[in-house]
Amino acid sequence: MSVLEHSVASGSDMIQYVTVVIGGQLFGLPISQVHDVFVPESVTRVPLSAPEVAGVLNLRGRIVTAIDMRRRLHLPPRQDGQMMAVGIEYKHESYGLVIDTVGEVLTLSAKTAEPNPQNLDKRWAEISAGVHRLDGRLMVILDVERLLGAMMSEPMAA
Amino acid sequence: MDDLLREFLTETSESLDVVDVELVKFEQEPNNATILDNIFRLVHTIKGTCGFLGLPRLEGIAHAAETLMGKFRDGVPVTPEAVSLILNSIDRIKEILADLEAAEGEEPQGDDSDLISELERMSMSAEKPAAAPVKAAAPAPAPEVAEPAIKVPDQTLERALRPGEVSLDELERAFRETEIEVEVAAPVEAVVEAPAPKAQKPAPRAAAAPKDDDHEDKADKKAAAGGGVSNQSIRVAVETLEHLMTMVSELVLTRNQLLEIVRRHEDSEFKVPLQRLSNVTAELQEGVMKTRMQPIGNAWQKLPRIVRDLSQELEKPIELEMIGAETELDRQVLEMIKDPLTHMVRNSADHGLEMPAQRRAAGKPDKGIITLSAYHEGGHIIIEVKDDGRGLDVDKIKAKAVERGLATEAEIDKMTDAQIHRFIFAAGFSTAAAVTSVSGRGVGMDVVRNNIELIGGTVDLRSTPGKGSSFIIKIPLTLAIVSTLIVEAGGDRFAIPQLSVVELVRVQTNSEHRIERIKNTPVLRLRNKLLPLLHLSQLLGIYEGENAENAINDDNGFIVVMQVGSQTFGVVVDGVFHTEEIVVKPMSTMLRNLNMFSGNTILGDGSVIMIIDPNGIASAMASQASSAVAEQNEEAEENRRAASDGQKPISLLLFRAGAPEPKAVPLSLVTRLEEFEVSKIERSNGRDLVQYRGSLMPLVYVNEGDHHKLEGTQPMLVFSDSGRSMGLVVDEIVDIVEDRLNIEVGSERPGILGSAVIKERATEILDLGYYLPQAFEDWFMRKEMDIRSLTKKILFVDDSAFFRNMLTPVLKAAGYDVTTCTGPDEAFELLESGAEFQAVVSDIEMPRVNGFEFCEALRRDPRFRKMPVLALSAMVTPASIERGRQAGFDDYVAKFDRPGLIAALKDVFSGEMGVAA
Repeated sequence: MSVLEHSVASGSDMIQYVTVVIGGQLFGLPISQVHDVFVPESVTRVPLSAPEVAGVLNLRGRIVTAIDMRRRLHLPPRQDGQMMAVGIEYKHESYGLVIDTVGEVLTLSAKTAEPNPQNLDKRWAEISAGVHRLDGRLMVILDVERLLGAMMSEPMAA
Repeated sequence: MDDLLREFLTETSESLDVVDVELVKFEQEPNNATILDNIFRLVHTIKGTCGFLGLPRLEGIAHAAETLMGKFRDGVPVTPEAVSLILNSIDRIKEILADLEAAEGEEPQGDDSDLISELERMSMSAEKPAAAPVKAAAPAPAPEVAEPAIKVPDQTLERALRPGEVSLDELERAFRETEIEVEVAAPVEAVVEAPAPKAQKPAPRAAAAPKDDDHEDKADKKAAAGGGVSNQSIRVAVETLEHLMTMVSELVLTRNQLLEIVRRHEDSEFKVPLQRLSNVTAELQEGVMKTRMQPIGNAWQKLPRIVRDLSQELEKPIELEMIGAETELDRQVLEMIKDPLTHMVRNSADHGLEMPAQRRAAGKPDKGIITLSAYHEGGHIIIEVKDDGRGLDVDKIKAKAVERGLATEAEIDKMTDAQIHRFIFAAGFSTAAAVTSVSGRGVGMDVVRNNIELIGGTVDLRSTPGKGSSFIIKIPLTLAIVSTLIVEAGGDRFAIPQLSVVELVRVQTNSEHRIERIKNTPVLRLRNKLLPLLHLSQLLGIYEGENAENAINDDNGFIVVMQVGSQTFGVVVDGVFHTEEIVVKPMSTMLRNLNMFSGNTILGDGSVIMIIDPNGIASAMASQASSAVAEQNEEAEENRRAASDGQKPISLLLFRAGAPEPKAVPLSLVTRLEEFEVSKIERSNGRDLVQYRGSLMPLVYVNEGDHHKLEGTQPMLVFSDSGRSMGLVVDEIVDIVEDRLNIEVGSERPGILGSAVIKERATEILDLGYYLPQAFEDWFMRKEMDIRSLTKKILFVDDSAFFRNMLTPVLKAAGYDVTTCTGPDEAFELLESGAEFQAVVSDIEMPRVNGFEFCEALRRDPRFRKMPVLALSAMVTPASIERGRQAGFDDYVAKFDRPGLIAALKDVFSGEMGVAA
């Protein structure tokens, strides 16, 4: 179920988004899916894993698989050391999306969301659930299901 | 779903499993009233609860089944058909329960009248004629209700009873009975039996009366004990336990971190309380681990039923023996081996055991026996599935392996039986000639092996033609905690399970071990064995230099020698830290496709570490270094050690027989080389014989089915002992050479000890111990018989399997009762355990404790001070003989001096105390 359908189904058309910045672009994650925000420390590399997998780390006793969102979105690697991560839960497992910075929480109406523009990079379109026009900038809605789901199946099929 | 219903489901499915087992037992012992009572009570409870919860279908079946069982209880003879029918009913109940669970408490639609009417028909036919009218009058309720033991006011229902519905009368009676049964067992008999309104009190029951009393007693005790147990245990959801386990793991990790901090601060006031915390945590961890342990019997519970059904389907009587059902192992492991075990038992029943007629022909009892046993060994549990059937058919497997393209005929010819047996674990291999519904679909043993290997276990098999086969499964007790070796490669740390680590080798410029290269492929020469090497960072693709071939520094490195299955190889790492007991956490789904890792965990310092999967490494190794990996088994290992003992060259007789490859026997064992005219070979009683020195000498062929020459002369090796001779037929005697006997590749083929390089050719070394009994079955036995009174017990200590194999027959042939040991440790254990020996024959060159030290240790013990001890050594020099004398040996014999050994033994026993005297 995509984020949009989810919000419609739940009957409320207002959705709260945690905004994050990745490579200068503003993204929004439905707040219901964000468990915590943390600074990733001592990430252990996982040899032979997909390039987007930054590694695994210990978050308060849980092993979290960190995903480098810049790589996932095919953006150039960050230069400065500053990074953050958003902890999400997917199929009872913990994942951390490594991003640049975390912004504010926005409450937006599902009705104002627009579908992905036709010419959006295919690799982005796959994991985007639509776009919100904000004052002066656009916020891409990240579809966690598709973002992680695609990573599960790809290596399996290989 | 309603809590009540959920509880009912859990409880009922447990009860049903018990009923399954009990019914099968009951079928075998139809007179055992205790078992019947157990079943009856369980079914009765199910019926009662179903009625209470409003589940008419379940209630109907349970009721009809109960009625039929009531007949058994009344003494009607138990037939397999009836038991089958009840088992079918139980299956139907299970089906309905499964649907019920899936449908969240809605009883599924369906009609069970077929089953119920069948059950009723069976109850009816079981009925004595006298009771028939009663039955006719009230078809639905159980006939035994006809007259309740104690009068109760008639309670009538406004409508007719539905099938399976219980009349109030019966309910009343049931209540009364249950009550009595629970409270006091003895009066039950009085109430139920004494008034005897039951028209059909049958004779068998009366006959079984004495037994009844007995059972009453037991029931009493059981009831008392039962009450105690139920009060002492509670039901806990598995989830709760898992959560508890995770929390404890966290606690352990946190404690480790705290300990680390305190270590940095001298005399901290936290030290003492933290020590306590540490101890408590350790105990807590142990306790929680214990809650996860379950008896393996839980995994076996379904097997008696399966075997029983198979037994009927295949028309073979089968008995299932279960030993060690109380052996405990981790819940998770238990779940994982359930299916493989079931499959193996099915296999044994279907393929392993012969039909009764064949068994009779083979002189075995009709009833085939499948034995399941389990026991602990180290951190492992060993499970054995054994049958006393026909054993594996090597020829069939060979043919199939060729047919399936698993090996070429030439390859197979060179294989030992054990190697051929292992083909049954290959994918797509099934030896059953016909595909039966039981097994033979060819998805069998490879799946079994995979499942077992998945949990870090191994499966092995032994088979003796005509005697049966047994599968031996070795699995870790728990998957939750693994002892690992922490290593570093490419700047990262990894954990390698210690289970697969054989040893660690440090390679340095001047050390004993060196890395060598064959065409750029690095190998390690370790005790005359070449191990393929690969750097861990290469395997994991994290080597950061430009040329991966340079990853291995020839002059400095740590090599982790690992063994996975039959593969042994060396993994080079940059550093080795320490060993750590870790709590394995599964990897996220995203990473699960990486077969190089089996999981990950959090170390004491809080960082995450990846756990290497030895199986993944082994297969990567095989593909990267396939040419270098040699099949190696334990025996080869032992034989190799034997080789290092056999430093001194010995005389070997080289010959050819049956195949172009040369074969060899130690010349000292051969009595004479002879050539006979072919015409002198006579055939009598199914075997070839020649007249030799006034008696008949049986001829033995190296390979079964070989023939002697048809013309000219036939060479043979004659082995004689105490007037008996055997002729080993050979094609050609090639040579006698002096060479070191280095058995490099062990063999599991009977008759061959292994292969060695002799005169630069691979040569098979014959195992005479195998052939001698072929000539005279009692070759080794007869003298023991003759001189039993004189038989001396000898303890023979030698770490080399080769010498144990070679000299044991020699000693036995000389009339001694020989017990062998692989080393002084084992010898001491035997001696300590009270085993009595009249003499000890010990090797000198042994690892850890050598023969001199062993003898000195014996002499220190007053109990063994006077026991004759003979030294046996490949190295016989005046200096070593002197050393032996000082150590306290009575005599010192060269290893290949067979007559010398016998003479020395004779001497010590005749009281002439050899050298030391």
